Amino acid sequence: MSEDNGLSRRRFLTIATSVTGAVGTVAVAVPFISSWQPSARARALGAPVKVDISKLEDGAMMRVIWRGTPVSILKRSPEMLSRLENEQADLRDRNSEQEQQPAYAQNEFRSIKPEVLVLISNCTHLGCVPTNRFEVAPADLGPDWVGGFFCPCHGSKFDLAGRVFAGVPAPLNLLVPPYRYVGDNVLIIGEDTEVAA
Amino acid sequence: MSGVEVTGESQGTRLLAWIDARFPLSKMMREHATEYYAGKNFNVWYVFGVLAFVVLIIQLLTGIFLTMNYKPAALDAFASVEYIMRDVEWGWLIRYMHSTGASAFFIVVYLHMFRAMLYGSYKNPRELLWLIGMLIYVALMAEGFLGYLLPWGQMSYWGAQVIISLFGAIPVVGDPLVEWIRGDYNISDITLNRFFALHVIAVPLALVMLVVMHILALHETGSNNPDGIEIKANKGPDGIPLDGIAFHPFYTAKDLVAIIIFLILFSAVIFFAPEMGGYFLEHANFEPANIMKTPEHIAPVWYFTPFYAILRAIPDKLGGVVLMGGAIVVLFFLPWIDRSGVKSIRYRGWGYKGALTVFAVSFLVLGVLGTLPAEGIYTTLARIFTFLYFGFFVYLYFYTGNEKGKPVPERLTYHG
Repeated sequence: MSEDNGLSRRRFLTIATSVTGAVGTVAVAVPFISSWQPSARARALGAPVKVDISKLEDGAMMRVIWRGTPVSILKRSPEMLSRLENEQADLRDRNSEQEQQPAYAQNEFRSIKPEVLVLISNCTHLGCVPTNRFEVAPADLGPDWVGGFFCPCHGSKFDLAGRVFAGVPAPLNLLVPPYRYVGDNVLIIGEDTEVAA
Repeated sequence: MSGVEVTGESQGTRLLAWIDARFPLSKMMREHATEYYAGKNFNVWYVFGVLAFVVLIIQLLTGIFLTMNYKPAALDAFASVEYIMRDVEWGWLIRYMHSTGASAFFIVVYLHMFRAMLYGSYKNPRELLWLIGMLIYVALMAEGFLGYLLPWGQMSYWGAQVIISLFGAIPVVGDPLVEWIRGDYNISDITLNRFFALHVIAVPLALVMLVVMHILALHETGSNNPDGIEIKANKGPDGIPLDGIAFHPFYTAKDLVAIIIFLILFSAVIFFAPEMGGYFLEHANFEPANIMKTPEHIAPVWYFTPFYAILRAIPDKLGGVVLMGGAIVVLFFLPWIDRSGVKSIRYRGWGYKGALTVFAVSFLVLGVLGTLPAEGIYTTLARIFTFLYFGFFVYLYFYTGNEKGKPVPERLTYHG
């Protein structure tokens, strides 16, 4: 110790103090960073919502808010469903292989009941709300348009099952939230059935 | 002069002496004003630093007064801004000063940055000055973005939605990160409240500290000048640069003229065109935020549009975000991308003059394109000018490896 005036001892103490201080700083940072997570109230307000769709007519759509996010419920007519079989459509994820829906909605209609489509209405690109463009071949969208959703922000296009077309900025199909039926015409959005297939 | 004995010292001199014994007031005045020497040949490009400082003061002052009536809550925010505009005495003036000040800030800062590119002010020994300046620019962009959410109009809400969603493009951590920034499953009262805190406390505090560092770094190296030569290399017998003049009173007097002209233009906007045709205050923002409906055409405020155009030019979500961020990050590296030993454009080759023109035009064209819808010819143009924007830096690196320019003079000149 006397050989180097305790320099190595001082160096050890400096490092030990620095490390202890760094650990303390990280530990103190945790509560501050965590305070930015959704609060208990935000989570409570994000509870599932119950929706009665008995008055929804064929071809009509309604919007409800779940977790502060607009959710679209579209009742597709048999004619609209038939348009989903369009083999020419250039879809990025035709078979819904990406995890953009619960397992029970991973089918050709992306829904539990074929006619009732439930979607989070935020574009998978940058979160705008796509507009309803259910008509076939309107002037502004061209002769190939078979009806679906069109995002006004950056031009992303989706079909009547919320599947994204190729060549647009959105990378994924529109998200299907967890939902279940508690009656023929009553939906609970934000909650699964226990027997999720 | 200071050496002369004054009999019967005045009260003021004695007070100053009392202070100087306790706080380095006279010393600071000398170091940063009366004995801070800058090149005698400054031109009009050298007023924007001072103007940026003036705008900073305007923003701090008006901002403090706006917080006295603004309510940072989703249910009250939009109405409280209307209240400021209609019911608070002179509230409309204070708010228009603040909203116009935001745009004015970016105008003078962009010109200030362009000046650095004209005269090589980012080069050795001023690299840190440039880096601190870039941090100020990034903080300013954050400040502008955070503040834009506060009126809680349609464009506030959807602009924030789009910008926050950009972080979602980051692989793996993207989605949790977006939720952490919002503090909710979507932009909400919680998001607004924290943006308010960041906008009025955190970022301004950082900005002010960075500005102090920027000035300290400037006064350490000394100001560059339109000839891009170091005035400290030619000092007189008194140790004062032969080509230097004191910041005060010479440049403060010159800057005062610039400040007066600036304030005339600033007032003209406030009184006659505070919305600037929808560029300073966007039309969609006169409607309260509606989470069910996105406005038909959304575009950020003009000072972000060059980067927004780059984002939209790329037909890939992650790629667009990376290039948009890259367009800003690349500027940090400018002192090392530009390898030429010559600073001022006056003595650089045509290769640099031409490239800098192309770069400036690209930035402006991208800015215009960012306000237009992304379709057809606009997308094609955005891709071409995005290529030119980045091409400038690649070209600059190789070109400056062996640049041929004019000989640099020994002493300052008044004509290019």
